[in-house]
Amino acid sequence: MMNTLRNFNLRDKGAEIWAGWNRPVRTVFVVAMIIIVGLIPFAADWGPTSFLNTPITSFQNVLVYPVGMFVLMALGLNIVVGKSGLLDLGYVAFFAIGAYAQAILSTLFGWNTWEILPFGIIFAMISGVILGLPALRLRGDYLAIITLGFGEIVRIVALNLSVTGGPNGIAGIPNPPTIFGFEFNLMFPEHFFWLVFVMILLVIWMIRRFTVRRPGRAWEAIRQDEDVAALMGVNTLIYKLWSFVIGAAVGGAAGVLYASKVMVISPDMFKFEVSILILACVVFGGIGNIWGVVLGASMLAYLPERIRFISDARQVIFGLVLILMMNLRPDGLLPRKKREKITEKRSM
Amino acid sequence: MNFSVITTQFWSLVLQGLALGLIYSLVALGYTMVYGVLRLINFANSEVFMLGTFAVLWVEITFLGHPINAKPLQGFELVYTLVIALVGSMIACAVLAVLVELVAYRRLRARGANRLASLISAIGVSIFLLEGMRMYTKSRPASAPRLLEKWSFGEIAGANFRIDTMLAIVSPIIIFVALDQFVNRSRLGKAIRAVSMSEDNAKLMGININRVISMTFLIGGLTTGAAAFLYTTVYENTVFNVGFNMGIAAFTAAVLGGIGNLRGAFYGGLALGMMEQFASAILGSQWKAVTVFVILVLILLFKPNGLFGEAVQQTRT
Repeated sequence: MMNTLRNFNLRDKGAEIWAGWNRPVRTVFVVAMIIIVGLIPFAADWGPTSFLNTPITSFQNVLVYPVGMFVLMALGLNIVVGKSGLLDLGYVAFFAIGAYAQAILSTLFGWNTWEILPFGIIFAMISGVILGLPALRLRGDYLAIITLGFGEIVRIVALNLSVTGGPNGIAGIPNPPTIFGFEFNLMFPEHFFWLVFVMILLVIWMIRRFTVRRPGRAWEAIRQDEDVAALMGVNTLIYKLWSFVIGAAVGGAAGVLYASKVMVISPDMFKFEVSILILACVVFGGIGNIWGVVLGASMLAYLPERIRFISDARQVIFGLVLILMMNLRPDGLLPRKKREKITEKRSM
Repeated sequence: MNFSVITTQFWSLVLQGLALGLIYSLVALGYTMVYGVLRLINFANSEVFMLGTFAVLWVEITFLGHPINAKPLQGFELVYTLVIALVGSMIACAVLAVLVELVAYRRLRARGANRLASLISAIGVSIFLLEGMRMYTKSRPASAPRLLEKWSFGEIAGANFRIDTMLAIVSPIIIFVALDQFVNRSRLGKAIRAVSMSEDNAKLMGININRVISMTFLIGGLTTGAAAFLYTTVYENTVFNVGFNMGIAAFTAAVLGGIGNLRGAFYGGLALGMMEQFASAILGSQWKAVTVFVILVLILLFKPNGLFGEAVQQTRT
């Protein structure tokens, strides 16, 4: 039984079925999936799926944060860790920068979320360049510790500056204004979910485009063997920087949306643990495979909320789940394609 | 900004930096030993340290029966108590570290899984231990009885040579020298070095890889246990998340010195302890971590393999 569980490759099965379809069937499938996911916020109220309901936080809020946000961030981190094989332990920094951009620009200058979103993304990208330029010259674990340090620096700076409100953080952040007739406030958490869902779809589309084009191939080459990639004429620093910056952009966007949803942010929302958790989502689901990452992030974000009734023990169980799953399926729930795994051991 | 402390408290800061830095370097040895053979950050090491501090408390309070408000001990009883606490903490940490290897690494390694998988399973162990301890202690910090009276040898140039500070400086040096000799001279040390150079070749030479890796975790656990003992003796309290900051600091120290390199971990810890003391004296303690990381980035920019990275390269090739 162990062995069948281990060798069962859902990803290849899925890819086979997908390859057997023609274009109209695929379109119908994708549209149907989008509708189904869009209806998830109502799952808790519908009889057969009501077991999904979360006991303490309301189900629809759980779907926005942590589930939606974690999926978004895990997708962003997957560009860095999964696609180009760089270990980033401070990803939460970009999330924090986006969140503080939203908080400061909206409370001080009265901008709305849609105006801030591009700026939040740009700030995150700039900080990605500032961090990436020195850090990406280093390899493996040195990169890991530098990014970890960067995450801590951002948090500590937010903790000690007056503009970020110190340990109290910033309160009274406005919700996004109405767009296309969708109101965003406490009454309609499902609207936030749809917003995050749209962001996730955009990010997935972006990653898929990148993967088949030059940057994606460059990342793949760098991940498999950086020296060989450099010898083949890939400008490794530039492409590593790109993957870093694009990952940062996704994190920044997630941060902006998060701050406008929760309305209050403080530095302890951006601890090292969050970076680790997002990395765990990526690895748990299957490094480098978008669908694996989505699945892994949804599960790891949802599980602790579902078992919140055992409050204290839930984190212990979370730890156990991580150990067990990694031992049973070390490549994650949905591993990446076989041919992409050849030199996995050498990477990073 | 308060630069005057450099002149007024220089030697005092150096002494405190030494004591803190040497505790860091003991924990850093735990990271660097494991990194040397596995090329992996052992994220559970910080929790091994945390449980070590609780093991010290357990030995002192429950096993030897000294209550929290016990009077400081004298003479033979003092030495005997401290040695038992040290040995207890070292054994507890070593056993735990070996268990961590069994649970988080061995199966994954046997199946040739990628490195991040073991990283995550180690993080799983770390979360499990941390949260388990949070539940067990109900998030309450625990104090250690002051068994070692904090008398001072005297003051030289403003530096107070207190007995616990001296203990935290002298014993890591002894442990480090012993470990250095062990790794360079003994048969097992030779095997550890061989595995860290090339696992495949070591296997071909008839080295039992699993045994060597277990022993490496064991040694790392021993030094981490010693660090836990010194930490509890100097700071006299612990809490379930004490390992987090210690882990980050020790890992930074290991990287600073060049990870995988024993001497690097030693000097990296020293440098980090000094930097932390001076940074918190000059800029205020809230900027301590920022300063440390900025300096780390600067050093790695100019020496991308850490301060003693070259030595690693030489031993590996």
